[in-house]
Amino acid sequence: MTASAAPLLELRGINKSFGPVQVLRDVDFTAHAGEVTALVGDNGAGKSTLVKCISGIYSIDSGEYFYDGEQVHVHSPRDAAHLGVEIVYQDLALCDNLDIVQNMFLGREKRSGLVLDEPTMEKMAGETLDRLSVRTVKSIRQHVASLSGGQRQTVAIAKAVLWNSRLVILDEPTAALGVAQTAQVLELVRQLADNGLAVVLISHNMNDVFAVADRIAALYLGRTAAQVKASDITHAQIVELITAGRSGDLGLAPAAAAIDLGEVNGEQ
Amino acid sequence: MAIVESPAPAKVPGSEERSVGEYFADYLRRLRGGDLGSLPAVAGLVVLCIVFTVLRPVFFSAINFANLFTQGAQVIIIAMGLVFVLLLGEIDLSAGFTSGVCAAVLAELLTNNHWPWYLAVLVSMVTGVVIGFALGTLVAKVRIPSFVVTLAAFLAFQGVALLMLKNGANISVTDPVVSAIENKNLPMWLSWALLVLIAGGYLLVQLMQLRTRAARGLATDPLALIAIRVGAVALVGALAVYFLNIERSQNPLRVSLRGVPYVVPLILILLLAWTFVLGRTPYGRHIYAVGGSSEAARRAGINVDRIRTSVFVICSGMASIGGIVAASRANSVDPNTGGSNILLYAVGAAVIGGTSLFGGKGRVLDAVLGGAVIAVIDNGMGLMGYSSGVKYVVTGIVLLLAAGIDALSRRRAAATGMR
Repeated sequence: MTASAAPLLELRGINKSFGPVQVLRDVDFTAHAGEVTALVGDNGAGKSTLVKCISGIYSIDSGEYFYDGEQVHVHSPRDAAHLGVEIVYQDLALCDNLDIVQNMFLGREKRSGLVLDEPTMEKMAGETLDRLSVRTVKSIRQHVASLSGGQRQTVAIAKAVLWNSRLVILDEPTAALGVAQTAQVLELVRQLADNGLAVVLISHNMNDVFAVADRIAALYLGRTAAQVKASDITHAQIVELITAGRSGDLGLAPAAAAIDLGEVNGEQ
Repeated sequence: MAIVESPAPAKVPGSEERSVGEYFADYLRRLRGGDLGSLPAVAGLVVLCIVFTVLRPVFFSAINFANLFTQGAQVIIIAMGLVFVLLLGEIDLSAGFTSGVCAAVLAELLTNNHWPWYLAVLVSMVTGVVIGFALGTLVAKVRIPSFVVTLAAFLAFQGVALLMLKNGANISVTDPVVSAIENKNLPMWLSWALLVLIAGGYLLVQLMQLRTRAARGLATDPLALIAIRVGAVALVGALAVYFLNIERSQNPLRVSLRGVPYVVPLILILLLAWTFVLGRTPYGRHIYAVGGSSEAARRAGINVDRIRTSVFVICSGMASIGGIVAASRANSVDPNTGGSNILLYAVGAAVIGGTSLFGGKGRVLDAVLGGAVIAVIDNGMGLMGYSSGVKYVVTGIVLLLAAGIDALSRRRAAATGMR
């Protein structure tokens, strides 16, 4: 692996329990600026929990959170937003009855005095979409209800970029999209990284992952099975990491994987 | 003097300039897509006025025209408040009796305690605000469905009104200021001056918007469209002022009765103020957002509970103003002030005007347009000699029709991806 610049986000030994259930165990995770890091894992592997810890929705029990080389403590979504961390949710992120500009600035409207500063917002929204090379929307003043699924996802992603964010986390952005729209959104994801942002992409779709990811982190039952460069691993190996926690000499030690499986089976 | 032309700013991408023709085409496309807006109300108003004028020429007389405004005022003002509640997809069934209770407070203070009018009006409005805060808190924090909270309040406030008015007594309101709202008229010159002020102000605001937007490289409305908008406002206003300024006294030598009733500028001020709040402030934007998707609004960092509480405060506050207007019109307050059909007329007004019962769509202007339709039906059918029974049935059918159009256009909008 090339020792590129220090990671923007680095998590070391993160633990998180809900009551008696330990969801994350000593998880390590890094995300570099200018790169797409795919976060993969089976249902219940802890992807969502990890993301919620990063974004401050959950507080971590133990472990270290480094951002831009400095240790930080993130206790609320506000803290995370302050650091420049934005999450794009799979759904329920936009209001159908508002237009694109209104949605992009929702909750953080620009104002001059008491009044909404529409010209500034419209200009910033138009320029942001342009910077991301989004050419599919006809007018930025059309209601979101009239957009296709891909266009909505595009708007949601652009919304996250508007705020000088440095780390954008995308939770299954292509889950509900068709082939052409998926390609559109993946292109945008790549664009974000090329613009210098650190992008974390959660996905179940291995084609998507290999299409855009620079690095792949696989979680297995709350542990980091591996975090490797996408060029150093094959499709089959990733599937093995997701389903068994190890693949050849990659991943968790055989004993650890087996014990984990035993524990889980024993619990059930 | 040399005028230095600043270079035209670069066009903002995605901000498309449209001609008047394209605006019109867009409007037609929205209509076909199920977004009818205020069209049913405006069309209904025109048709009803023609029908009633043909059947009963007295409908079109100056005195009846003025009556329409004073009769419709309470319903329109309550409906304006209801628009805010409906925008969140909630309902306030108690708004009618809230206005009744506030009117009773006003009468009690003015007549029985001889308070000055401004204090009595203030306390009456504060009563409305407090009621709204209580209702809103029960809905937003305790999370009882608004239908149930306000249905309970509907019953309870009916009782409160009865208790305050000592089991059905009627308190007269003779204060000259309160009474003037519905019973006195603006001097004629002042009506024209107000019209010029409003039309001129509208034109100025539109032109200033055009300038700021052009300076930023954003798409601007064509000048012809601005001329049409301002012209329409000026024309409708001029016709209304002209007809209201016609002498409508039976015996003009003894007492002259002409001019715009004071309640009309009151409604205009409320309309402008609330339209500004909804359209131009972050608070108004957040109301639409919560009405469209409360989950998306919550994730955007909007305090959804506070927005939900606040719309009930606005609704009950507006209901108190409606109650004051009702007291002024009747020159008295009885336990049925704000009762009987007032609430259903107000809900009907908002819905007929184009405010959706499903939340997220509506304007304050809808309340005025829909309220005008209701006032015309009520007034016209009265002139035709129909009984209250027939009036209720017809108004009920119109309300059902409006709600039906709302539901169907929503389905069509969902099918065509518009809204």
